[in-house]
Amino acid sequence: MEAALAIAIGIVFGSGIWLILRPRSFQVLIGLMLMSYAVNLFIFSMGRLSVDRPPLTPAGTTPDPALLADPVPQALVLTAIVIGFATTALYLVVMIGARGLTGTDHVDGEEPEE
Amino acid sequence: MSLDWTRHLVLVPVLLPLLCGALLAPLTQGRHGLKFAASYGSALLLLVNALALVYFSDGPWSGSVGVYLAANWAAPFGIALVADRLSSMMLVLTAILALCALHYAQPRWSRIGVHFHSLFQFLLMGINGAFLTHDLFNLFVFFEVMLAASYGLVLHGYNVARLRASMQYIAVNLVAALLFLIGVAMIYATTGTLNMADLAARAPSLAGPEAGLLRTGVTVLALAFLVKCAMWPLGFWLPTTYSAASPPVAVMLVLMTKVGAYVILRIWLLVFGQDAGPAAHFGYGALLWGGMATIVFGAAGMLATDTAGRMAGYAATVSSGTLLAVIGYGEPLLVTAGLYYYLASTIAIAAFVLLIELVDRIRTPGAAMLALTMEAYAVEDMPAEPKGKGVPAAMAFLSLAFAACALTIAGLPPLSGFVAKFGMFHALLQPRVDGTSIGPMGWSLMALIILSGLVAIVSLMRFGVRTFWATEIVGPPRMHTAEVMPVAALLAASVVLTIQAQPVFSYLERMAADIHRPQLYIDAVLGAQPVPGPTAQEVTP
Repeated sequence: MEAALAIAIGIVFGSGIWLILRPRSFQVLIGLMLMSYAVNLFIFSMGRLSVDRPPLTPAGTTPDPALLADPVPQALVLTAIVIGFATTALYLVVMIGARGLTGTDHVDGEEPEE
Repeated sequence: MSLDWTRHLVLVPVLLPLLCGALLAPLTQGRHGLKFAASYGSALLLLVNALALVYFSDGPWSGSVGVYLAANWAAPFGIALVADRLSSMMLVLTAILALCALHYAQPRWSRIGVHFHSLFQFLLMGINGAFLTHDLFNLFVFFEVMLAASYGLVLHGYNVARLRASMQYIAVNLVAALLFLIGVAMIYATTGTLNMADLAARAPSLAGPEAGLLRTGVTVLALAFLVKCAMWPLGFWLPTTYSAASPPVAVMLVLMTKVGAYVILRIWLLVFGQDAGPAAHFGYGALLWGGMATIVFGAAGMLATDTAGRMAGYAATVSSGTLLAVIGYGEPLLVTAGLYYYLASTIAIAAFVLLIELVDRIRTPGAAMLALTMEAYAVEDMPAEPKGKGVPAAMAFLSLAFAACALTIAGLPPLSGFVAKFGMFHALLQPRVDGTSIGPMGWSLMALIILSGLVAIVSLMRFGVRTFWATEIVGPPRMHTAEVMPVAALLAASVVLTIQAQPVFSYLERMAADIHRPQLYIDAVLGAQPVPGPTAQEVTP
């Protein structure tokens, strides 16, 4: 399971890196989104992978940490997702503004000379 | 039993701008006077509060540390806000620069957009939070608050140059934020904590692959801050963004580069300080080399450019490079002088970016530019000319202020830049902590600092000669008193820093001693007791 997840994260992150190095702003945006998905998965996996373990303790019992999943990375991922959403949306707005004002979707704001 | 009231002051720098920004957000067009009054009042209160924190952290608080446990959760589990000498001084610097930027923006810049003041308050909240928080993930959140506000502010006064610059600025910072998250996740995976004090306490006991993973994690985390403080080769975005941003925003950007240097200083000395066992002094060489490369890059950029905005950007790059090299050299005495340099250079570069726009008006008369702005943004209630009286002897003021900035940035006597550089050379020439004397690295660092000063004076003088001694001067520039005051205030701060160098240095020495002996600090944070809840008798009537 660890190897499969690690490879998947690597593929998503690698695709993201390739995309953010492309010249069109939409590609950069998609690249940033892919990279943030990969990072979210990465944070999630840092709490160690486990199956069928609840992150919350039932009331009135003495919790045994060995039977529970680590709740902290899950909380971190939630925050990271929200913040990533907001900043990506903001980038999208700037991108549309740049497209309108410069008439091109090149990241430099001008077409390269042939 | 309740919390000592002074401890609540630690939370004010975060809460006050948040409330002020939120209250200002619903106000749309107009009401400039009200918005300015609220924003300026908030910044003034922040300054008073920061001075109070400096006072309390320099004596009355036990261990010189004020800990505020958010939501009353004990230290490693909840988020702790901590005001020590270093954080308090940074808060004072933030408040001073914010006051100057707001004052400068009042007659013109704050009127061309709707939400300038709310964004500015959120930016202050992010910066203050980053200085105070003691939790790595919370640091990420405050960084994002700061950055999100700065994206909006860089775009303030929307034109093609600003759009292009902010496209790059946002993309670079989003990638840096991802690196930040990866670093935080790796640190959590190896140590199981996000609290910096707890991290510093646990790090030395790690061994084998775990220790290696922790170093990797901290390095990835540091990359995010090094992007912020523009270490070569991560700082190519900086000059473009600085020169495109409006002057009051550029002042805050100058400070934001320094936030990166602050976090490096704090985390590095906590995790890889001299008490860190086998990991002690990890990465110092990389910081030293990187800092020196940054100085070279910034100096070359200063020589190569002929626009003042980019020159200010490269000056900020040189200043970050010097700080990183000073941290990487790893001598407490040098860090003291480096902190003085931090104050002196931030104030000087901030004054310089404000001055640039005023100097530009010598060549382009203000009226033409204003008419263009009004047309472009269709702002109807813009004054045709900046309101208020013109300033007499405008040219004399501009040239003197320019000379003062140039002297401080280049580090020539008599202003604070010289004191800072002299302090650094003095510290470099002292025998090191391990008994050896200054080696080849020390000599090269010293040579680079001198060389960067020479380059700065050459390029600034070239700009000054072309601007002030030129024959095609159109006429004395029109300036508003509110635009002149902040420049004068920043230069006065620089003079005060020079005259009061002795007390400032002794304060900074105590600060450097604090951050090099993190044990006291760790004990204070982890030992902070939550306020006990009400007992059964108190609850039942």
